[in-house]
Amino acid sequence: MRPDMIVLKNGRVIDPASGVDGPRTVLIENGRIAAIQDPALPAPPGATEIDCAGRWIVPGLIDLHVHLREPGEEYKETVATGVRAAVAGGFTAVVSMPNTRPVIDNAHLVRFVLDKAKEAGLARVHPAGAVTMGQKGEQLAEYGDMKAAGAVALTDDGRPVMDAGVMRRALEYARAFDLPIMVHEEDLRLAAGACMHEGEVSMRLGLKGFPAAAEDVMVLRDVELAALTGGRLHIGHLSTAGAVRAVREAKRRGLRVTAEATPHHFTLTDEAVATYDTNAKMCPPLRSQEHVEAVLEGLADGTIDAIATDHAPHSSVEKDVEFERAANGIVGLETAVPLTLALVRRGILSEKRAIELLSTGPARCFGLPGGTLAAGSPADVTVIDPAVEWTVEPASFESKGRNTPFGGWKVQGRAVLTLVEGRIVFGGERSSR
Amino acid sequence: MAHARRHLLGIETLPREEIEAILDSAASMKEVLRRDIKKVPALRGKTVINCFFESSTRTRSSFEIAAKILSADAVNWSSSGSSVSKGETLIDTARNLEAMRPDILVIRHAASGAPHLVAQRVGCAVVNAGDGAHEHPSQALLDAFTLRERWGSLEGRTVAIVGDIRHSRVARSNVYCLQKLGAKVRLCGPPTMLPIGIEKLGCEVGSDLRAAVAGADAVMMLRIQQERISESLFPTTREYSRFYGLSRAKLDWLKEDALVLHPGPINRGVELEPEVADGSRSVILDQVENGVAVRMAILLRAAGMPAEASAA
Repeated sequence: MRPDMIVLKNGRVIDPASGVDGPRTVLIENGRIAAIQDPALPAPPGATEIDCAGRWIVPGLIDLHVHLREPGEEYKETVATGVRAAVAGGFTAVVSMPNTRPVIDNAHLVRFVLDKAKEAGLARVHPAGAVTMGQKGEQLAEYGDMKAAGAVALTDDGRPVMDAGVMRRALEYARAFDLPIMVHEEDLRLAAGACMHEGEVSMRLGLKGFPAAAEDVMVLRDVELAALTGGRLHIGHLSTAGAVRAVREAKRRGLRVTAEATPHHFTLTDEAVATYDTNAKMCPPLRSQEHVEAVLEGLADGTIDAIATDHAPHSSVEKDVEFERAANGIVGLETAVPLTLALVRRGILSEKRAIELLSTGPARCFGLPGGTLAAGSPADVTVIDPAVEWTVEPASFESKGRNTPFGGWKVQGRAVLTLVEGRIVFGGERSSR
Repeated sequence: MAHARRHLLGIETLPREEIEAILDSAASMKEVLRRDIKKVPALRGKTVINCFFESSTRTRSSFEIAAKILSADAVNWSSSGSSVSKGETLIDTARNLEAMRPDILVIRHAASGAPHLVAQRVGCAVVNAGDGAHEHPSQALLDAFTLRERWGSLEGRTVAIVGDIRHSRVARSNVYCLQKLGAKVRLCGPPTMLPIGIEKLGCEVGSDLRAAVAGADAVMMLRIQQERISESLFPTTREYSRFYGLSRAKLDWLKEDALVLHPGPINRGVELEPEVADGSRSVILDQVENGVAVRMAILLRAAGMPAEASAA
């Protein structure tokens, strides 16, 4: 027996990085991809063979935008519960957001998160550090120190960097360490007091709206600052037609600008707020149909590089209240795969493009390991059953968060097996020798 | 015979027949209100709690008097000095009040959707007495009642609503109610007080007062909702009054028999010149009286009591 060897057979391999899409056998040895081979070739003797008939074998999914809430809000989520949710949703790696209490704005706290992730031992956790001390938008944090400790990106996510001068220096200074800056684009003055997208629905509900322009003006500002500084800019949870246009234009100009969109922003419109459901409250808010369509176009044409969940667990304390008082955000790790595959069934994305947006694309945005099944890469692999139909039951989530607008939805497709460095971290009930 | 208890959360989802049934019932209730002995036993043994999370004089007193005439036990609960200031959530407050076995909770709250949240969590009937900038159904019904009393029918009539449309729950409920009863609605205010999306309501929308009131059968003037405004939406009340206030001089712009309404409280000298508020076209105090009759009808409906038998 070769316990260090796993063979994934009878599946369809979709590896956007190499362009492979077809029946292949995946050989994993010592935590690395040993080979992607013709299904007719025999598996090495003694290996653990896993039957993947009817399933897709894809590079481990990577989520660039996850709130693990530790330290400080462990009642909402911990690193341990967050990574359990990640692997259950098919993610082998997540980028953790630094808006914890205290804010992750120094190397010690970056190491704290990595230590917790190591203890949990499931998905890889790549911490993002803060752009500014305490995310106050004033003084730059220690980027070099945080990178040396393992930070992969910088963000004040949850808040914008409102001061354009600070943003300019952040983009400039981060160049020294080749770190991308992920931005939460929301002009706080235009969005003052707002709790949903501004439009017909907000008018009817009597809720203060947040115009799409509050996001657009900040994206346009930061694209110009990226041009000025040569810095790496990553637009987090982009949600408007204007933001999609701005990113498309930035790419055409050859700027170092990447972008992500969330499943909820490409699946739902602001109509979901009509019953004052606080699980439809997030920032940026759910937008109207024309914005959703622009995001879908951006996902299809390559303007948007990654699907990221903005997994934001909250407890009933934050959500079981009046809409305008409720916290922003929903959990996303355990529903991202079926919501993305729905776009494949609707003919908006090819299978390969869908997988690229969930793995190869995010890996490229931040230069993360993974996102490929090339021989020699770490064996971070996700096996997806694209056909299985299931009902989203928040009570059975691995995440502590139950805050989802998708509860009760009948969906199709889910991860059934997740491997990190060749180790099965989720699923595997169909394995055979 | 008791029917099922029914919430009244808004006019947007209330069918025309239901609106008309409430107005018909309110007509019987107005007769009761004008009796020497203003008491009928319709809601004897029923408890109504007026939960006011936001200050109100007119609406709260109106619901209280309505409940008392119907022989219900009316309790007023207000958030100032209550458990809310000690950090209790809305849902906890509502469920605690519900545990005291009321039949109807009347709720006024500064947050849009608050009565809807409560209605999902309690077993008794919930009546929305105004939620944020969303709806104020009893106000729209009493306005419709007042106009119907004067005109017989609203069919084909035109009503102009003027002022702070953005923050006005009265405007939203009135648009739905007036349109369902066959009237045309014009909305007028400075562009900063006309919310994005307002054109979707099927009203004429504009910022020229003269054009808005010309030929209208009634003009409803709104108060500037200072308590909901945190930014500069117009330069001064002086300029606002000049362009959007109704003065004696501007009455010439109205049809001879046009009615002037206001949901109150009035800011005299801002949206209404005192002489207009107190003038012959004003039906403002009729609105207040009719408010009691309409709220009696609303409470009967909420308790599942038929109107026919309730005036006896």
